Amino acid sequence: MARIDIDGYSYEVRDGINLLSTCLSLGLNLPYFCWHPALGSAGACRQCAVIQYKDAEDKHGRLVMACMTPVADAMRISIAGEQAQQFRSDNIELLMTNHPHDCPVCEEGGECHLQDMTVMTGHTFRRFRGKKRTHHNQNLGPFINHEMNRCIACYRCLRFYNDYAGGDDLQVFGIHNNVYFGRFEDGALDNEFSGNLVEVCPTGVFTDKTFSAHYARKWDLQTAPSICVHCSLGCNIAPGERYGELRRVINRYNGDVNGYFLCDRGRFGYDFVNSPKRIRIPRINGQTATVETAKNHFHGLLAKAQAVIGIGSPRSSLEANFALRALVGEENFFLGLEDTEQTLLNTISNLMRDGGIHSPSLREVEQADAVLILGEDVTHSAPRLALSLRQAVRNASFDLAQTLHIQPWQDAAVRQLQGQLRSPLFIASICATRLDEVATDIYRGSPEDIARLGFAIAHCLDQAAPEPADISPSEQTLAATIADSLKQAKHPLIASGTSCSSLTVIQAAYNVAKALPSIDTLLTFAVPECNSLGLSIIGGKTLQQAFNKISNGLANSVIILENDLYRRASSQQVDLFLKTAAHLVVIDSLENKTTAQAELLLPAATFAESVGTLVNNEGRAQRYFPVYSATEPICGSWQWLTSVLEYHQWRHHDDLTAACAAAFPDLTAIVQAAPDAAYTFKGGKLPRQPHRYSGRTAIHADIKVSESGQPQDVETPFAFSMEGSIAQVPPAVLPVIWAPGWNSNQAVNKFQEQIGGHLRDGDVGIRLLEASGTLPWFTDMPAAFKPEPGLWRMLSLPHIFGSEELSSQSPSVAERLPAFCVLLNLQDATILGVDTGDLVEICSLARISMLKIPVQVELTLPPGLLVITAGRSEFPQMNTFDPVTLNKVTQEDRL
Amino acid sequence: MEKMDKPLTKNIRPDRAFATLADYESTGGYQGLRKAVTELQPKEVQQCVKDAGLRGRGGAGFNTGLKWSLVPSDDLSQTRYLIANADEMEPGTFKDRMLLEQDPHQLIEGMIIAAYAIQANVAYIFLRGEYHLAASRLKNALKEAQSKGYLGEHVLDSSFNLEIHLHTSAGRYICGEETALINALEGKRANPRTKPPFAVVSGLWGKPTVVNNVETLCNIPHILQHGVEWYQSLGRGVDKGTKLFGASGRVKHPGLWELPMGTPIREIIEEHAGGMQDGFELRGFLPGGASTDFLLPEHLDVVMDYEAVAKAGSRMGTGAIIVLDDLTCPVQMVLNLEQFFAQESCGWCTPCREGLPWTVTLLQDIIGGHGRIEDLDTLAGLTRMLGPGNTFCALAPGAMEPLQSALKYFREDFERYIVGNNAIMETV
Repeated sequence: MARIDIDGYSYEVRDGINLLSTCLSLGLNLPYFCWHPALGSAGACRQCAVIQYKDAEDKHGRLVMACMTPVADAMRISIAGEQAQQFRSDNIELLMTNHPHDCPVCEEGGECHLQDMTVMTGHTFRRFRGKKRTHHNQNLGPFINHEMNRCIACYRCLRFYNDYAGGDDLQVFGIHNNVYFGRFEDGALDNEFSGNLVEVCPTGVFTDKTFSAHYARKWDLQTAPSICVHCSLGCNIAPGERYGELRRVINRYNGDVNGYFLCDRGRFGYDFVNSPKRIRIPRINGQTATVETAKNHFHGLLAKAQAVIGIGSPRSSLEANFALRALVGEENFFLGLEDTEQTLLNTISNLMRDGGIHSPSLREVEQADAVLILGEDVTHSAPRLALSLRQAVRNASFDLAQTLHIQPWQDAAVRQLQGQLRSPLFIASICATRLDEVATDIYRGSPEDIARLGFAIAHCLDQAAPEPADISPSEQTLAATIADSLKQAKHPLIASGTSCSSLTVIQAAYNVAKALPSIDTLLTFAVPECNSLGLSIIGGKTLQQAFNKISNGLANSVIILENDLYRRASSQQVDLFLKTAAHLVVIDSLENKTTAQAELLLPAATFAESVGTLVNNEGRAQRYFPVYSATEPICGSWQWLTSVLEYHQWRHHDDLTAACAAAFPDLTAIVQAAPDAAYTFKGGKLPRQPHRYSGRTAIHADIKVSESGQPQDVETPFAFSMEGSIAQVPPAVLPVIWAPGWNSNQAVNKFQEQIGGHLRDGDVGIRLLEASGTLPWFTDMPAAFKPEPGLWRMLSLPHIFGSEELSSQSPSVAERLPAFCVLLNLQDATILGVDTGDLVEICSLARISMLKIPVQVELTLPPGLLVITAGRSEFPQMNTFDPVTLNKVTQEDRL
Repeated sequence: MEKMDKPLTKNIRPDRAFATLADYESTGGYQGLRKAVTELQPKEVQQCVKDAGLRGRGGAGFNTGLKWSLVPSDDLSQTRYLIANADEMEPGTFKDRMLLEQDPHQLIEGMIIAAYAIQANVAYIFLRGEYHLAASRLKNALKEAQSKGYLGEHVLDSSFNLEIHLHTSAGRYICGEETALINALEGKRANPRTKPPFAVVSGLWGKPTVVNNVETLCNIPHILQHGVEWYQSLGRGVDKGTKLFGASGRVKHPGLWELPMGTPIREIIEEHAGGMQDGFELRGFLPGGASTDFLLPEHLDVVMDYEAVAKAGSRMGTGAIIVLDDLTCPVQMVLNLEQFFAQESCGWCTPCREGLPWTVTLLQDIIGGHGRIEDLDTLAGLTRMLGPGNTFCALAPGAMEPLQSALKYFREDFERYIVGNNAIMETV
């Protein structure tokens, strides 16, 4: 700790931090641009100048840049000193010599860090009379607008995009005041985290293109705390709505989970909520029906049904799944997962509960000092995790920096050391991954081979761990190297998941973690969907069992909750199942092949219009709240289900949460994920609308002159209103980040314990599964994969764009889908006589043609494997362990 | 022991031909190196150069031996680098060019000794791209040195190895700044780096690196060969050794001379440069290149020592004097300089990137007759805003030196444009 003097006041602060960060942590206002809490100091913008005095006698002092100055005991500085104020104001004047002052037509206006900082310095009048430089703007793809004239050259975009996120297609060109930040030519930004530029840019150079399509000012957006539904990580988001349309998603800081950043799927996937495919009205056998008729039909159907089974969903909340389970009974509740996936998820949740290895938050992932990824391309299966792993490999350079007395926040200086030293990262994957470029060593193989490598590593670490038979010398050497690296680490991390659809990969990951001596070993699994883990904790029977129950005549009616079964099983199986069932009720938000066959189709609210609890891959329960009121008759799927429950004891969502918590020991804590509906602040509900919200009474004036009442919300602590206060509410119910003088998302400075640290009152979410006990070694070793001539193993691997069901329905994400193709090894392609772009026909062993598809030769893919993108509707659902055959499609065949 | 008072230029010939290896050796070349690697420990070489009092000739004047001693010596297995800064681009400065073109072995010997002193096994010459002649002569000289065993594995049969690479720059003034130079050498944008860490701790590829100016390195063989006492005897004032001093502008004989440190400026301008051309009076001069403050005729008796010039209100810089005569407009001269600096700003920090172009606009307005009297206050404000400590590196503070002193000494010239009574003056 250090005691420092700022403008005559004495403060006790942490040492080793830079002065800017320290001042902001103290709640003081000091303007900045190039510094960013996650990116460290750059010293470029010169905006955070303060006066530093040598001692109490020194009355003049000298200007220093706070971001470049380490805090030291007995330091004396002044923020308010005239010389410093003048400098900061003059610096803004300089920045403004080329800024277009186009705030009224700029989409950043109203949440612009440059506006905030300009006002903060007091600069108003500009003396510059010259011409401003102008730039050409680029088309950067479907996500991001580019308006370079607004650029103040803080270099944050590059430092985030290239240095932090590993991108390489955004650069700075030119010199002096003609520096240009863009691509070398027009084209979509390639990095999966490009959307963060919207928030990283302090002004309106990079703005959200999807937001532009239906733009509203920040003060005109209705917001509520929410959780991303597009993967299993549970990143916290702040969606904004106006006039019944979801307009955008921005990051909502969670110091344990997503920090300052989201992936592009999470940021731009929201538009499915506004899709023309939304189910907006109940239908009975295809005919629209009133809510009353629909409910009566539902009641009648339940009354006359011989037996009803319910199929839950990993993209639906704990509460909705629990309500369905209560409605049909435990013995009739099926998880609605592909059978293998269900096995994998059960194994993972058991390991997390009883395996004795800590499941890390993303913050903890970033602290890992050696990482082994087993069978997962995390950039595609859990994108934000990949960004955290990129930070973890930097830890060795921070250690070196310390020995060289380089401050950890001196960003460029520490990165310079990274060239020589990275923390070990080993990747065992099917084929090339985005993280390979920062990996220490890479292994490529089939899921079996990846598992075997894992088992071999475990055995190297602990002779008690079983050893795979016939391991090759090169694999043995690699296993020994990896084991050695992991053993030396204080916080080794094993990351695996369900992408390979392989139980042994997961078991091998556990063996490695168990074999590691460090008590701070971390084990994380990427799972497919936003509530996969939660659903697995609730538990239920498999989809195959559901199919059997109907085909055996043990039940004749089915209720499907937010689940397109055609994504889970083969068309033939699902067709048969749905036809055999006498009655089919489907509750969902978007039309799909399953909803098309419903006898009773009920319109479900999306995450943006409903409340619920999700469990992320870490085992953290988090609640999302409705951002706006669903247009009637759309309502939350939990509401459709509770409305037909016979004994109607669960009147409200909180009742359902409490009942769910009581029913499952692992879920006891979910009630603490967020305050309940009874929570008030200063005697009132919490407003979703900012105090400056405009146009509420005018929007329907062409239809009705009198003001219609606002919808009432009895399910959550929020009101659809501008009235009330959110000044000091807990983060779980903080709808928007806003502070006096801080209109941009940078206002989060005012809500953190320490800059870049945890939120005051704790980060959002409650961990459900704390590691305890230990489990025996897994001993089932797969044999090495041996490709057979003429036969291929088909694997479907996730892709950030296209594999996730809901985000794929967002037009911007749809523009970024990967090419429709199958990946094939070069050797295999040569044998077949095909090259990239040629068509092949994939056939089952019984020579039944399944698909004709272009080939893409992938040099890193091992022979005997085929890879397709998971979750794409063009691909039939098939058992990935059945081998297939391939034929080249000739020109004649095409005709 | 011929020409002992002019060690740096003893091989320079009036016909501008260059000294071959044989020429170089015939005047005692590579004797200093032999002494260093066969008789002295690296630390002793460092101490010798430190004791000699050699100060960096690139302009900053830091003690060279002291700089070398800052390279961490705890881990000898650690890679270190030596870089010769031959990116001479300061307007009005052409001293390194002569050394590079006409006596390349002198630099190479200096580099080998310096590399030995810091135990670097790889060294680079970062050469201004336009110095084509220097490039070809250096390339040739490196080959010669290699073939004679001065360079490569086992330098002079010792256990010391050194390879020297010649890198020709793509041409940016900022590459003269040592950390920008290092970035450029790594293939990155030539933006300066944060200091600390200094290059001696984390430089090229993050390894300890010493960057020395060409002229600085050329002093080293002689210090090693003739010793500290001899070297110290060369200075006339406080600072030691000799230095290349130049004069350009309307003097009778513009040129470059090796003179003792502490030579009075009057002697350089009036004797060596032959005084002003007929019909021109001395109005002022920049004593050490474009990024130094103007001095006036009243300062002619100031001697060329770092502290003496600083006391007079300027800097000795590169020792290249640019003379302003009475028929050249100082405002236009300053505009010319500021256009150069504005063009060469790397674009990293706000005051430099935005302040220099604004300075140019203001000067153009003034010269174009659109100036306002308050513009002089704006310019004065900019000289403070872009002053030392306020910017990321020394480029902008250097650029402000001629402007701030011109505003002080030649304010009436600025005002004359503004009040409408534009005197027609010859442009620079």
